[in-house]
Amino acid sequence: MEGLKESEANLVVYLHPSMANSVNDGILRELSSLLFTYSETFDGVVLAYDPNVRSNLAKILPGVHPYLGVRLKAKLLLFSPKPNMLLEGVVVKISRQSIHAVILGFSSAVIADEDIRYEFKYKVKHGKEVFVSRHHKKHKIKVGTIIRFLVKSFDEEILHISGSLVAVHTGCARWLDTNLEEWSQADSTPRKRKDRDEKEQKTVDYKMMANRDMPSLKKDDRIKKLKKKRKEHT
Amino acid sequence: MGLELAPKQSHVLPDMEELSFTDSELDYHVRNALKAAVQGDRDFYNQLVAVMHHKERLVPEEVALLVTCLKGLTGAVSCMHIVHHRSLLAAIFGMSLWNYGTDVMDALVELLISLAASSGDYVDLCLEMIVSNFIPPSSSSSYFIELLKQPRGLAMKGQVLDRLHSTLKDIANLVPLSPLRLEKIVRDRMPNIYMKEPFIVIYVENMLKLESGAMHELVGSTMLVAIMDRLIDLDVEIAWDDILQDDFCKGIFDMELEDLEKTDYHVQQDGDELARESFIQRFLGGNLIAEKLDSLMVLTFEHLTSCSESGRLIQVFETLLYSFQKTVLTAYKSKFTQFVMFYACSLDPENCGKIFASTLLEIFVSSIYPEWRMSAVAYLASYLARAKFVSVSFVGATLESIVNWCYDYCKDQDGDVNPRAHKVFYAGCQGIMYVLCFRMRSMLSIPRLKSQLLLMHIENIIGHPLNPLQVCLPSIVEEFLRLAKANHVFTVPQTFVDYGLLESECSRAFGGVQRLDMFFPFDPCLLRKSDRYIRPNFVYWSMVRSTYNEDDEEEGTSVEDIADASENGMNIVDDGSARSFGEGFLDLDEFDTSLNKMSITPRDSSSKFGGGIRGFMQMPSRIRPSTSPESL
Repeated sequence: MEGLKESEANLVVYLHPSMANSVNDGILRELSSLLFTYSETFDGVVLAYDPNVRSNLAKILPGVHPYLGVRLKAKLLLFSPKPNMLLEGVVVKISRQSIHAVILGFSSAVIADEDIRYEFKYKVKHGKEVFVSRHHKKHKIKVGTIIRFLVKSFDEEILHISGSLVAVHTGCARWLDTNLEEWSQADSTPRKRKDRDEKEQKTVDYKMMANRDMPSLKKDDRIKKLKKKRKEHT
Repeated sequence: MGLELAPKQSHVLPDMEELSFTDSELDYHVRNALKAAVQGDRDFYNQLVAVMHHKERLVPEEVALLVTCLKGLTGAVSCMHIVHHRSLLAAIFGMSLWNYGTDVMDALVELLISLAASSGDYVDLCLEMIVSNFIPPSSSSSYFIELLKQPRGLAMKGQVLDRLHSTLKDIANLVPLSPLRLEKIVRDRMPNIYMKEPFIVIYVENMLKLESGAMHELVGSTMLVAIMDRLIDLDVEIAWDDILQDDFCKGIFDMELEDLEKTDYHVQQDGDELARESFIQRFLGGNLIAEKLDSLMVLTFEHLTSCSESGRLIQVFETLLYSFQKTVLTAYKSKFTQFVMFYACSLDPENCGKIFASTLLEIFVSSIYPEWRMSAVAYLASYLARAKFVSVSFVGATLESIVNWCYDYCKDQDGDVNPRAHKVFYAGCQGIMYVLCFRMRSMLSIPRLKSQLLLMHIENIIGHPLNPLQVCLPSIVEEFLRLAKANHVFTVPQTFVDYGLLESECSRAFGGVQRLDMFFPFDPCLLRKSDRYIRPNFVYWSMVRSTYNEDDEEEGTSVEDIADASENGMNIVDDGSARSFGEGFLDLDEFDTSLNKMSITPRDSSSKFGGGIRGFMQMPSRIRPSTSPESL
């Protein structure tokens, strides 16, 4: 999964004087206030931190309240999804118009039906809603599936991702992994593998273009049918 | 549907008279309308907005139309734009579940869930709408206040609140960070103390539902802390002046109480009930703030009871204790809010009860703020004295800790009486004496505790040059000495004479501006509804005093005679265990006589010599009607 990175940051934490006898607690409290919020300085959402206070000395700021400036290095785990990154998340809700997923347990993602490629068809099976691939019956997306999708946009305030399942290498993560393995198991020579990879890439591209073409044709049909129906009624 | 909403427009618009929309067709039409509105063609869009605004007395067709439109919008949320569809969104968020039947409610909450999950822009707006739906719309507040008194109003309330809370849960499943924003919104939108009582009560009910609901780990503690803050806000609005006797028309006050005592004497069930009711009504009725506080406290008590039944009381108590230390302890002489802690402790004396006492002791011994320490020891002493569920051995152990602290303190002191400098010490001594006034008899009746009591350094403290007997509140000192003499426990320095003063300059000095020398936080609760929860676990002075009357040879006034008469034949062995005084008439008696007997404030000394009530002073048990204006 893309979008996660580890950074090392040089930080200065300013502590109120009342924390002078529990500096570690103060530092942890300050750092924890960064969690799950998007920070422009770090260009990402802080998910975890590991502070390492370098020295025992801290500078005292002049002013009404003599805050202590403690220097430290911290390792930070950052989440910064950018458009066209590939992310994975757990599906929590499926409806005809959208798929809702949760990434890493805290970020919500939605894939609207115009971003779900035509290959996936909405069905209700045994009372449960599911998206099934028209080409591969085993390729299903239902509540609890881990899906892989491309990022379209990221709302930094509420950490909400808008995603898309248009690309061919998106869909149910487990199915994609097992089926890609099948394709690549046949021949093990590096050159042939390279050729095959190139060929695969071409077919992928071709399929993407094809997919984009097909849905619009089908949609026109649907619209024509509806117009016909309306004409019948009036 | 039979409703023609608009004359035939261009061919793009579908007929609203179509009865046979399938779901996908409906989505398609609504989506088109929304997209068209962005382009500038707002006709159908405006019709949608108009439908959203229908709320008064909807006929079934209108209801069906509204539900259909809501369902259509639910499918089309991905086409909604926060700027271009401003008026539609405003109409949706302005709807109130209280105005509609369950069909519309269900469709509306589905739409809200869909909106919240579709884009980050709408999450806050959806949450705010749900929270503002916690209470009925203010535009028709009087209608709803009347409705909520009827069974069908309560049924409607149940329907609305259930849906709101399940919606919040569904949104939290889809947008995991929404509880964080929710708790902020709930706290910010909390009604102020001037809002009408039924609405504050419903809002707090919702907060408590959140506290015990699916999200309790995430938002529960914030809810509790906010509720305690609101209780304190209401509490401090009831001015002490409303309770204290500021006018010294004592004659009248005396007479009123004596009238009631005469009724008590006859020990008639009806008479007592009436007397008590009129007593409360005269003094407590009309104070709206007090009534709000009362209702909210009852709500909190009920919630604590259900927490206790589901085994969550300890975690809830942790939050309450934290809030107590932050706001109640530091508030200027909180009047009733502390009974929330009292009730919580009564539900679980072994854990919560002991934790509460040891926390207070810790604050007394090691906090750095003298006022907090004095306040803490006042709470602790009042709690140990008044809590029926606290075992005598625990009282003894805690008392010993206080005594040890006082002893260690005065061991190193040489100086003379100096109330201001040693105010924490004097507060501790007063606390010790107060507890012993209530518990001495029960402690002496158990040999192990009796020897423990005699081994404590109480005599050393009393006899020390710092002279707590002179500085502490005279009424307490007097009572303590009387008991000590009667039970032959401590030797009192001979120089100390029975003053007869009820108040001294010294006690005022150590009490400071806040008069912490006269602070007895767990004196009987004056809020009627709350008191019913507290009473079974409460030690009234009359219950204790009677045990001393056997030894008391001095003449009593009419009050004491009554007290004796009413306790004839009663076997009162107060060992402090949580045994309620089951006999009915005594309960009713206790309320009145206890109010008369137990004191908060000393009166002018002239009353004493006028042959008024001996022993503890009159309790100013009056809450005046509030004079603060009510909003709305």
